[in-house]
Amino acid sequence: MKIFYNGELMEVTAESLDALLRELNLEGQAVATAVNGDFVPRSLRAEKLLIENDHVEVVAPMQGG
Amino acid sequence: MKTFYGVELDSALMLGTALYPSPAIMAQAFDASKASVATVSLRRENSGGQAFREWLQTLNVRLLPNTAGCYSVKEAVTTAHMARELFDTTWIKLEVIGQSDTLQPDPFGLVDAARILCDEGFDVFPYTTEDLVLAERLVEVGCRVLMPWGAPIGSGLGLNNPYGLRSLRHYFPDIPLVVDAGIGLPSHAAQAMELGYDAILLNTAVAKAGDPVAMAKAFALAVEAGQTAYQASPMEPRDMASPSTPVIGKAWL
Repeated sequence: MKIFYNGELMEVTAESLDALLRELNLEGQAVATAVNGDFVPRSLRAEKLLIENDHVEVVAPMQGG
Repeated sequence: MKTFYGVELDSALMLGTALYPSPAIMAQAFDASKASVATVSLRRENSGGQAFREWLQTLNVRLLPNTAGCYSVKEAVTTAHMARELFDTTWIKLEVIGQSDTLQPDPFGLVDAARILCDEGFDVFPYTTEDLVLAERLVEVGCRVLMPWGAPIGSGLGLNNPYGLRSLRHYFPDIPLVVDAGIGLPSHAAQAMELGYDAILLNTAVAKAGDPVAMAKAFALAVEAGQTAYQASPMEPRDMASPSTPVIGKAWL
């Protein structure tokens, strides 16, 4: 299915958020996630199922002021 | 020194981690600044994020994640949730921006977001203006630190409204106050500390200096000087001269 990953349309096979992170080789990395603007805690990623055109945001620590 | 949500800080300087010429210079600048808090952000994942996180863990400072660039309450609240999980802290520098040229806070969105986050147990550090009524609202919804701007973010203009900042200090004697944004020179930081402010938060003035490490040291000295001066109760200014050398005993010549 197609989803928007960090703003880019992408074809993925994963059906859940934690499977998506595995597919993107981000498993175990320090990232936080949101789907369609709502935060999804780490503990709920496995049960967060993705549907076509979902907007998935995956963020990491960055420099800031 | 007042505590920031129960935490006593070793130094009154909070330093940002953005815009440095290199990670090595940023590390040296942090050492020279003696900063007790480092501000950080969240951005879309790329390969640089993990290396930055590892470096942060070597810094012996508290982390203060921000919601920089958020223009809506929802964006700011979601960003705060993500930051709490990622940085494992309830501290959040809450920015709800209202105007892109001045990057000034949206006071209405700021109060709404602060209310939500305070209710959820966050320790909110609101980036605000020096407006007294807005500050009162922020305290009413649970903020126990206020961070009024000196001038627009990254402008280096210093304290645009010393009167407003002084009023805020007198009005909230027990709330820790931080001048956040607009500081360009160590003298600006010293001026804020002389007004009785509890800390200074800055980034660009150090990161964009020709020699960030030397500038970091200059800010450390200025903050300490201003703080010590405030504690020493400065003299009252007066309009007319008053001789400092005794008049009595002057030779008749």
